[in-house]
Amino acid sequence: MPTQRRRVKERSSNRKVELKAILQKLGKEVYDSLDSNRFPSIDFPSRSVKNIVYEPKSKQYILGSRKVTRSASNIKHIRPFTQLTWLAYFATELVGQEKTSTLRDVYYSSQAYDIEFDDQSQSDSIITDLETVIERAREELNIYPEERSAIFGDLDIEYTVRGYEGKRLNLSSHPDGYLIGPSLSTAEFVDTSAEMVIAVEKGGLFTRFVEEKVHSRFKAIIIDTAGQAPRATRYMLRRLHEELSLPVYVMTDGDVYGEHIAMVIISGSARAAHLRDLTVPSGKWIGIWASDIAKYNLPTIPMSEIDIKRVHDLKRDPRYQKGIWPRELDTFLKIKRKCELEAFSKFGLTTIVDKYLPEKLQIAKSL
Amino acid sequence: MTAHRNNQSSFSEISPSEFFYRNRDLAGFSNPAKALYTATRELVENSLDACESTEILPKISVRIRYREEERHEPDPRTYVLTVKDNGHGIEPRQAPNAFGRVFYGSKYRLRQARGMFGMGGTMAILYGQITTSKPVTITTSTDGREFHTFRLLIDIQNNKPIILSKSTKRGVGSSGTSVELLLHGDIFRASAKIRDYFRQTALVTPYAEITFIDPQGRLWYFPQTTATVPKVPRETKPHPHGFDFEAMRRLLKHTDESSFPKLLMNEFHRVGKQTARNFLRFAKFDLRTDPRTVSNEETVRLVEAMHRFDGFLPPDSNCLSPLGTEILKSGIVNELKPEFYSIAIRPPSAYSGYPFIVEVALAYGGKTIGEGVRLYRFANRIPLLYDEASDVAGMVVNDLLDRRAYNIPREAPLAVITHVCSTKIPYKSVGKEFLAERPELERELKNGLRETLRQLKSYLSRKGSIEAVLRRKNIYAKYLPLIAKFSQALSGAKSPPRYQQLIKDFEDERVITVEQIANAKKKSEGKIE
Ligand SMILES: Nc1ncnc2c1ncn2[C@@H]1O[C@H](COP(=O)(O)OP(=O)(O)OP(=O)(O)O)[C@@H](O)[C@H]1O
Ligand SMILES: [Mg+2]
Repeated sequence: MPTQRRRVKERSSNRKVELKAILQKLGKEVYDSLDSNRFPSIDFPSRSVKNIVYEPKSKQYILGSRKVTRSASNIKHIRPFTQLTWLAYFATELVGQEKTSTLRDVYYSSQAYDIEFDDQSQSDSIITDLETVIERAREELNIYPEERSAIFGDLDIEYTVRGYEGKRLNLSSHPDGYLIGPSLSTAEFVDTSAEMVIAVEKGGLFTRFVEEKVHSRFKAIIIDTAGQAPRATRYMLRRLHEELSLPVYVMTDGDVYGEHIAMVIISGSARAAHLRDLTVPSGKWIGIWASDIAKYNLPTIPMSEIDIKRVHDLKRDPRYQKGIWPRELDTFLKIKRKCELEAFSKFGLTTIVDKYLPEKLQIAKSL
Repeated sequence: MTAHRNNQSSFSEISPSEFFYRNRDLAGFSNPAKALYTATRELVENSLDACESTEILPKISVRIRYREEERHEPDPRTYVLTVKDNGHGIEPRQAPNAFGRVFYGSKYRLRQARGMFGMGGTMAILYGQITTSKPVTITTSTDGREFHTFRLLIDIQNNKPIILSKSTKRGVGSSGTSVELLLHGDIFRASAKIRDYFRQTALVTPYAEITFIDPQGRLWYFPQTTATVPKVPRETKPHPHGFDFEAMRRLLKHTDESSFPKLLMNEFHRVGKQTARNFLRFAKFDLRTDPRTVSNEETVRLVEAMHRFDGFLPPDSNCLSPLGTEILKSGIVNELKPEFYSIAIRPPSAYSGYPFIVEVALAYGGKTIGEGVRLYRFANRIPLLYDEASDVAGMVVNDLLDRRAYNIPREAPLAVITHVCSTKIPYKSVGKEFLAERPELERELKNGLRETLRQLKSYLSRKGSIEAVLRRKNIYAKYLPLIAKFSQALSGAKSPPRYQQLIKDFEDERVITVEQIANAKKKSEGKIE
């Protein structure tokens, strides 16, 4: 077993102190306006489609310079303004009391404060507003979606959540992996022997990787994104890369959706253009590429009309203009067929780990 | 004597009474229900005329009852109709003819009055006599001291009254007339119309007090709500544009005047020396022609030229008596109790030499006016209840409201009141139910309606903005305290922010808005609190 372990570069607790200061400042600005008999207002970047621009340098979508002003004097704005102020207060309480909450919890909690949301999608969108205002992801405010994905590998973490402070855990102790939930997201990384992170799209493959000991054979932390990676997972991938300097590899189904799952992990999504800390620009998509289908003689299924339309859409996307990205899209268009990760089972259950993974990791070095 | 007065003899050879009995549909007596309504209306109109023409505040009582012995008979049956007024009364010499002779009346002159044809009241009496064989009883006094009572039948063939009895009593009271007649009627089918008639009369005659007791003994009381009586219209001479051949033939036959220009100046409305001369030259008549020598062929030429000549001055409206803002307002406020009303009184205009004035009022909202558009038509203050679709006002209202140019929703509770007053109302029939589509009339109705619609539109938008202000204030009052609370908690401040002025400012702003509206309010429109 390798013994060389990595030390954590940056601790996340500073961010928490900063976050509290940001929220307090927001409250103070609103308070000061009211106290001087002015209607308070808040400016923040517009998230309208027109203001979402691609930044080639960071290879991701970001918000442009267009601002929106939400003013309490506008009767159309005053309700969302109130909701936003309340949410900032509620998030401060969550963070202060080290409690977490789901998006749905936020919706119901509002009712105890006489804040009405028409439905959860409205409270979700106010949460996104607050993210935009303070430029922090909701996960840092201890607000999580229901969706969970899993992590497994030789990584020591130290909990910071109430009741578990200081408690440590090695993430290879349980073969089903660990949910990437609030406590894991806020845990400090202490130590690891891993040298890479491999994110896979599917729970089945994740289990296979654990069974076939990919974590020790490849010195990898394995993550199941369970389809399109939730933001907590993307945030986790980012931290693993930033704090532990681990390279990130992504393995998906051999179709246009798989390719895009990888892209979102690497370059982010338009929907989260207001947030900067969710991407791993140096991440690598290692497969299944369209070109692998022929190369490995994989069983395939034909692409549907919708699949083909999706390829055409992505070909126009600025993130898909260089390297393997357009090349693989073109190949999909040419062969008009796709395949799933399970297709390797045709050659035996372990082929994907024994043969495909090492070959692709090798290729990834040259990408 | 004017030429028009002579019209009364035009049917004399064939007995007008007989003619109208045979054609009673024309006069509105087509069935027992309509007859009961029309008889009531004609008598009430006569009573109102008798008050208005001498500026008496009318007090009119009307009673319809069945005879005791017929109490349990089904409709149609015989009814006793009594109409009593405090008008100027009628000279005992004139009374039998006024009530017992068709085409005998005091209203043929060119003056605005409810009555026009000299037959309304008489037709009611005639109809009653024919259906019940009973005489009419009339009591009248011109001075409030001598009261003359007549019992009359009409000699239908000869169109003249048969006086059954006549008596005079002395007493103390006021002038006035009461008419009591028996007639075949159907109250079951007529009662809604009769009540509508009284309600609508009250709408444009708020200076009258009207009591109506129906056969079941129910009393309908319409109080006098204003002391303003419209000014008595002046009599006027005919305008050349409306003069016809027959009238001209008689004028030339009966005149003693030998100077043509002088004849024109004396007999016609607004014709001066210069106009008379210009016209005669235009018509190619020598100024020295003796009018008494003009032949029939030349008369035709003369009348045609009169209609074509555009050098006559337009008719003067001094002889007209529109309702005016005060009366309309008081009628609308009391009868329709609207949230808002607007009134447009159009400048005088003329058709074929007859001057007329159009008044349009619009009442909106409130509890009394139902959804949709309800049109109330009046001509010389008489409510017109039948044939709205054939009436020029009915068409104009339909047209304009259909176009929705004024953002007024179809279901908006709206009452439109149109009043046309003229020395001669262009009725399409002697039944006085609907007006002909004279282009001049149509134009004035349109303009009046547009004017009131514009006022309503701007009221609605101002009302909308006041409501918006109130809504705003409520919204601020609801949310600002929450924002204050959470921002205080977020900022960690010790005391709540002092923002109350923000809501107060808003209240002030609202007061100003309401006052501005009050100031901007014109005399011709109003909001009922
Ligand atoms: N209540 C009354 N008081 C005084 N005079 C009356 C009254 N009723 C009728 N008269 C007189 O009797 C005349 C005839 O009345 P009638 O209703 O038959 O005709 P009208 O009113 O002149 O015209 P119309 O046919 O349009 O009603 C009137 O012109 C009026 O002079
Ligand atoms: Mg009459």
